Amino acid sequence: MTDAIVVENLSKQYIIRHQTREKYTALRDVLANGAKQFVRKLAHPFAKRENDATRETFWALKDLSFTIKQGDRVGIIGRNGAGKSTLLKILSRITEPSSGRIKIRGRVSSLLEVGTGFHPELTGRENIFLNGAILGMGKAEITRKFDEIVAFAEVEKFLDTPVKRYSSGMYVRLAFAVAAHLEPEILIVDEVLAVGDAQFQKKCLGKMEEVGKEGRTVLFVSHNMGVISQLCMTCVWLDKGQIRDIGRTESVVNAYMLNGQSSLSSERAFSDDPKKLAQLKRISLLDSKGNVVQKFDCDSSINIKLEIHVRKQLPGLRGYLGINKPDGTQVLMSDSFDAATGTALDSLPVGMNTVVVTIPPRTLGHGEYMVHIGLTSRLADNFYVDSPGTVCGFTLDDFTSQRGNRRAGFFSTLLPWQRIEI
Amino acid sequence: MTESVKELVIEAGRSERHYWKDLWRYRELFYFLAWRDILVRYKQTAIGVAWAVIRPVLTTVVFVFVFGKLAKLPSDGVPYPVLVFAAQLPWQFFANAFADAGNSLISNANMISKVYFPRLVVPASAVIVGLVDFLISAVMLVGLMMWYGVVPDWRIVTLPLFLALAVVAAMGAGLWIAALNVQYRDFRYIIPFVVQFGLYISPVGFSSAVVPEQWRLLYSINPMVGVIDGFRWAILGGESQLDWIGMVLSIMLVLVIGITGVWYFRKMEKRFADVI
Repeated sequence: MTDAIVVENLSKQYIIRHQTREKYTALRDVLANGAKQFVRKLAHPFAKRENDATRETFWALKDLSFTIKQGDRVGIIGRNGAGKSTLLKILSRITEPSSGRIKIRGRVSSLLEVGTGFHPELTGRENIFLNGAILGMGKAEITRKFDEIVAFAEVEKFLDTPVKRYSSGMYVRLAFAVAAHLEPEILIVDEVLAVGDAQFQKKCLGKMEEVGKEGRTVLFVSHNMGVISQLCMTCVWLDKGQIRDIGRTESVVNAYMLNGQSSLSSERAFSDDPKKLAQLKRISLLDSKGNVVQKFDCDSSINIKLEIHVRKQLPGLRGYLGINKPDGTQVLMSDSFDAATGTALDSLPVGMNTVVVTIPPRTLGHGEYMVHIGLTSRLADNFYVDSPGTVCGFTLDDFTSQRGNRRAGFFSTLLPWQRIEI
Repeated sequence: MTESVKELVIEAGRSERHYWKDLWRYRELFYFLAWRDILVRYKQTAIGVAWAVIRPVLTTVVFVFVFGKLAKLPSDGVPYPVLVFAAQLPWQFFANAFADAGNSLISNANMISKVYFPRLVVPASAVIVGLVDFLISAVMLVGLMMWYGVVPDWRIVTLPLFLALAVVAAMGAGLWIAALNVQYRDFRYIIPFVVQFGLYISPVGFSSAVVPEQWRLLYSINPMVGVIDGFRWAILGGESQLDWIGMVLSIMLVLVIGITGVWYFRKMEKRFADVI
């Protein structure tokens, strides 16, 4: 397969001015500052320029190099401000890099925002043509796909209504529909699916998957790890303008979710933080015999032991526990108030307390899991009493069911199959 | 697709060889942006397109009254309203196209920071919109000339040349202001000033024959003098004379504005998305 995109030592630098409040510069300021500097220079001819204190350089991207093969569906992940959008903007030629080079083979279309160039006064029909043209389609091409676009957006009835009267859902549907019917060799999509209802999101994802299957290259930015895992084969993790990890989606997303810890162990201890009224000091995953283990099998229970240091009695203390897949899909969520029996966290006595949460045998399917934990109280000053987050991980193996580790699905529950007499 | 395996290189400070080819590929966008501006302009107005007629008519009435009736300026042997309207035509076009092109980038800021296309498309479509208004006014001029029985001679065939001159002048000046406007919003305030001031220093309300002989060349430094004189010469026929030296000067200046406008715009273009 040929390379669709080759990025070599790409950097983008922005200069942040601290002095100017406005987004844009006014000529008045430039003239005034120039004059000020000129006067200063006359007065102190050997002084260094002071102006630099108000300017700060900021590397949005620094020394990025990677290659994307033709037909790949690539996810780009990272925290806010990691440089994802800057990268997409450079790839789609909206802004130019400060240094480095990119080689792109094929026609690029980018969708950094839904409905760019939509004019509120124009009707749906007019906006389809306008938006299509802005995204790089010809009139003939739009005419050919017009019906398909309208059907996809489900706005047949409102085609001749100005889009300013559209509901926001309709607006987004129409905008995505136009963009989805582009036929570029390389499609660049920023987080645009966060809008629209679940059903439409699914439709959009389906469309993007289809685009990928047709041998076109897709670059996709999202904060939704589930979507990334579903859609992308490879993944780039950007962190502070640099590549933190690149490779198969599963492992990159995994690493991102763990936030840089090499892997999640089955035991974790935390150092004292006197500010927290109640604090998780240690969490350990125990098998039925009470040993700390990383690998469980589906037929045994998983005991999550929490050692909680209570510094001040907290009425209404509540614990929540999430069991997540490495791609971020939440499989199970438990709240300490869910079941009335057992040790509720409400009003734990001051001192060290041990609480065990048990996942019964044959609940979760085989695979990798991550444990997310938190303590909250509605009655405390700070609602989040302690938020350790994703702290532990374990592996589950299925040894006894018919298909074992090849069994599909989220659960390992064995269901009875009975013949009944009528 | 025919253009499938072409390789594009993005590099800092690289002037794109594809630029003019891209501009051609996006040719339909010129049309669509102009179409949008025309469609939108008269939406939610009660009298709609009539505004395109009323504005030049009212200005002409005022000019005829002030310069023709009160000041009693000479009219080159044609009815004063025809004299004024023949100049109104290029001037209105220049003023509208220049102002719209100058503001075009800012009013389309959202598009510029989110989609790639040759940025030259935006101010150029603003000029195209100006041309549509020009055509509406031209029809009115024809009506006016028929009313007064003014018949143009062979010189009318040179009119497209002078129109081209007006287009280049509006485009060049518009490009300068548009590019500067992205960085310094001060130029937003310069536009109405230029348009208002220009109306009086250009020979719109009067014939440039009014200007004393020894000042003519200096007067021609205003490139619109050449354009407007050219229009009158081409349309009115008869006694209106063309000052050839001034004309050449005007043409040269227009070309300089046009070429430097494109040059400056292209130079600044890559930074638009970062600073707009």
